[in-house]
Amino acid sequence: MRGNFLSFVKKESLHILRDVRTMMIVLLIPVVLMILFGFAISTEVNNLNVAIVAPNRTEGVRQVVDRLANNPYFTVVGYDSSIDIDAALRSGKADAVVVFDEDFEHLITQRAEGIDTHPAIQFIFDASNTNIAQTGTAYLQNVVSADHLQQELLNLHLLYNPQMKSAYNFVPGIMGLIFILICAMMTSVSIVREKEMGTMEVLLVSPVRPIKIILAKMIPYFVISCINLATILLIARYLLDVPMSNGVWSIVIISVIYLLLSLALGLLISTIASSQVVALLISAMVMLLPMVMLSGMVFPIENLPTVLKPLPYIVPARWYTEANRKLMIMGLPLSAVMKEVAILIFMTFVLMGVSLKKFKDKLE
Amino acid sequence: MSAIKVENISKSFGKVKALDGISFEVERGELFGLIGPDGAGKTTLFRLLTTLLNPDEGQAEVDGFDIVKGYQAIRERVGYMPGRFSLYQDLTVEENLDFFAALFGVKVEDSYDIIAPIYRQIEPFKRRRAGKLSGGMKQKLALSCALIHRPSVLFLDEPTTGVDAVSRSEFWDMLADLKHKGITILVSTPYMDEASRCDRVALCNEGRILGIDTPTDIVAGFDSPLYAVQADNMYQLLISARRARGVVECYPFGEAHHLIVDAEFDIGQFKAELADVQGLCIKPAEPTIEDMFIKLMKQ
Repeated sequence: MRGNFLSFVKKESLHILRDVRTMMIVLLIPVVLMILFGFAISTEVNNLNVAIVAPNRTEGVRQVVDRLANNPYFTVVGYDSSIDIDAALRSGKADAVVVFDEDFEHLITQRAEGIDTHPAIQFIFDASNTNIAQTGTAYLQNVVSADHLQQELLNLHLLYNPQMKSAYNFVPGIMGLIFILICAMMTSVSIVREKEMGTMEVLLVSPVRPIKIILAKMIPYFVISCINLATILLIARYLLDVPMSNGVWSIVIISVIYLLLSLALGLLISTIASSQVVALLISAMVMLLPMVMLSGMVFPIENLPTVLKPLPYIVPARWYTEANRKLMIMGLPLSAVMKEVAILIFMTFVLMGVSLKKFKDKLE
Repeated sequence: MSAIKVENISKSFGKVKALDGISFEVERGELFGLIGPDGAGKTTLFRLLTTLLNPDEGQAEVDGFDIVKGYQAIRERVGYMPGRFSLYQDLTVEENLDFFAALFGVKVEDSYDIIAPIYRQIEPFKRRRAGKLSGGMKQKLALSCALIHRPSVLFLDEPTTGVDAVSRSEFWDMLADLKHKGITILVSTPYMDEASRCDRVALCNEGRILGIDTPTDIVAGFDSPLYAVQADNMYQLLISARRARGVVECYPFGEAHHLIVDAEFDIGQFKAELADVQGLCIKPAEPTIEDMFIKLMKQ
């Protein structure tokens, strides 16, 4: 019977290998997504155009301007004693304007002595894109106040991702997404295809329990997903410099659990869907959207309205993403994510159980 | 013991009654035909007998096993070829055959003697993908795959639909061969002319069986006169003839129209009634299974 099972796996592999286009897409999706989110789509703010208005170019002013000009995030686009600030922002020439007080040096000294004065520097920011404005002002404030306006009250220390690289944030999320996409969607579509093409009818009228054929179907997709896992880890490590300071094996282990979960999910979808289109729709609407919205990949779970708060608990990607952050970014050992591992294993068993129970060996 | 025994089986899909109390038996080694138009319930009957569906009422046995309780046993010993081409189009001829052999846990070599007469015709194309085969070759491959495990009963749902006339005739020759090897065959077809190739046929329509008999006896059972009529304008003839006295049914049949008539019919009167039809010509015709089918439908 074992030889039997292998020939089923061979048949599934042939289906995949013959469909070169789909196979290329499946293998390239992770690469494209990783590069897109790693480089192109990022919440980091780069190349801010800053105009500077300083009535007196004193030593203190010059030092601040030097720091701005030497900072890779900013480009100084003007250094005048007075400009039309409104026009500069409206024309898009500048994203932000830094205005120094006439009496800059004096005010700084007074402040240093603890005398309450009016502010010495004013930032005027184009906030039409709130994300850029928020992050940009924070950067500006840091750079400008680095020397002179040291406010010793607060000691800010960012751990694990001190440069706030958005790639660090996205990589675990993307992994959660890709595996669902490939394992769940591809397997469900390929099972439903058998129903649609009528081959399921022939398979059912045979001594083999159909579930055996279905399990054989999952193996090639599992292998492809493992290749994807390897690609993703390589890109993350060597292209996006994600630390993974505790080694990759813990990440591999939790990813394999998540792969099995995704396969079970695909099986469940295939028992519900009657056509490939329905299978695709279910995958996209019921899985991908909540996955993006509720997994904490893009929007923090803490920001959800109270009624929706329980939802992320049942989204598998949330647990995977959370565990992956701890493993990849914080560099914690596997023992630190035992809760997530347990939840994922539990979900896998539930999904497998339900879908095996739901799977019919008759047509209706 | 008969190979297939169907007792009073009914099956509905929602409000549609696909099968309405059907009963029949197929002897071992018999080539039994289900003849009927689309929607007669043939495919539903096949799905019931191949254990893909459960009946609403009634019971059936295949090879001595109940189709509900013994469905696992039935699945091991029957071969099934669905109406639609149901092989893997992206796999080659050889790969398809190997897969189906593995499905039934047999080796292709062990069953080669039984599939050889059929498979040998497509063997030159064994590296071609099944999707690229012609209709006739697809049929032969599907039959080879259905035979690979030496089934005792073979279910063929409209195997000749969409196949050219020559391949159809060849296909029936192959079925005759298989029958001689002791395989019971239940085959359905919408083509009435193929009925004569069966040992016995059941005429089905709208979920019921209109009659079961050998093709010759079915034709012999046509006990009223049958005429073939022709005229210059065949459509006008059809309309007028249907209105004529004593005509039960008039329908196109090849080059002529066939006329089923009752006791009130009289040729002289018929000609008089259709005086305005140019070139009217009427002569007695030999009844066929199709005529019998239409007659039974009218009753």
